[in-house]
Amino acid sequence: MGRDDLVISARSIFLNKGNRQKFSLFTLIIVSIIVLSLEYFKTGPINQFRSVTKDIVFKTSYFISLPFSSMKNAYYGVNDYLKIHEENKKLKNINLNIEELKFENQFLKEENIRLNALIEEKNLFSDNYHLTKILLDQKSPYLRSILVNKGFQHGIKLGSAVRSGPYFIGKVVGVNYLTSRVLLINDLNSKIPIIIEPDGISAIVSGNGSKYNGNIEYLPEKNQVEEGHIVYTSGVDGIISPGIPIGKITIIDSKKSVKFFADFDQIKYVKVYFKK
Amino acid sequence: MSLFANRIYSKTITSLPTLILFLVVILGLNINIIYKNYDFIVNFSYIIVFFWSLKKPEHLGYGLIFFAGVINDVVQSLPIGISSLDYLLLSAIGAFIRNRSIIYNFIYDWISFLIAILIVGSVNYIILITIFKIPIVYESLILGLFVTFLIYPIFFKIFVWIDNMVLVRENDQKNR
Repeated sequence: MGRDDLVISARSIFLNKGNRQKFSLFTLIIVSIIVLSLEYFKTGPINQFRSVTKDIVFKTSYFISLPFSSMKNAYYGVNDYLKIHEENKKLKNINLNIEELKFENQFLKEENIRLNALIEEKNLFSDNYHLTKILLDQKSPYLRSILVNKGFQHGIKLGSAVRSGPYFIGKVVGVNYLTSRVLLINDLNSKIPIIIEPDGISAIVSGNGSKYNGNIEYLPEKNQVEEGHIVYTSGVDGIISPGIPIGKITIIDSKKSVKFFADFDQIKYVKVYFKK
Repeated sequence: MSLFANRIYSKTITSLPTLILFLVVILGLNINIIYKNYDFIVNFSYIIVFFWSLKKPEHLGYGLIFFAGVINDVVQSLPIGISSLDYLLLSAIGAFIRNRSIIYNFIYDWISFLIAILIVGSVNYIILITIFKIPIVYESLILGLFVTFLIYPIFFKIFVWIDNMVLVRENDQKNR
């Protein structure tokens, strides 16, 4: 009797369409499983369909989230405005010597080009970039990512470096027709080869979910890395250009980590690098 | 209130569960918390789907739940279909409890919710880890589910209040 009850219950739950329901649960579960299994097929038409679907959802999400993102921007705008006076005071006290630094930088750049030519090193990396707008930023345990409004139609490829201003913030991990997903450097799955200057020590920066600090892995045991040393991309992966600043070394409880230069909360536009 | 404004208001009130679910998935409003190196998510969408499937399934269609899941997958960059499957399983468990229970009891609902999210979490974990090889920290998943379970009563109160508003609106329409 009890078993009959269960069967009747199961049948009524899965097969009967309830009041005001257009589909039965069973049909939709089967459809979900089919859609999920299609994720395995990375062939042309399915990929294109997936890419178009993602573009539509991203663009729709962007327009729906506009009022919320404007509120967030307004909040940061007011905060910035309140800090202007204080920052102005600080800047007045700092002797920037920008002109001098400019010439020094120009000299080093030219010297670098000459030396590279001397050892016949080819520049594999591109200086072309798209300035892109962030459509959505996602924070979940699975992903710290942003969505930008340029896709493979604009020449963006998987692995492309992404900067916010002069700082490295992540790389492209998904490309659709009109949009791309950028995995931020603070994501748990992010591993970026780095070089720590001035000693030129190579290591890997991995994200831990924090928007301020990243972990350093594969650091040699006997190293002379000190607080304040600057971390750059090393470019050993052959995809991300070397020398993009990431952050500086900070030591908390004798554990060395990278304090990111970029403020992940306030990124609105990013540069996505691509090859012509 | 004019007739048109009244109709819009009624429509909005009766569609509130759907609107809330879609806002949560589109805007990614599931709160992400980092505590002692554990990064976990409080899954509001689980609460919404379970509550309305259990109490008033007519206010949250299965088709819409499926569609919300697809949007969630696209926004969160998960394999498309996984969230739909999660939400539909939650709906199925909610519907099963509704079918089997005679007397309303909040504690019974709450415990059922825990069992439901544990089942759905397990399915989710098994599929993502074994089939799609997506690295998920098991402790984070469990912590997220546990916090979601703890905050269920707060949302339960809010949703009961929304449900009463919907009921008042529907009665108004019937009496007109």
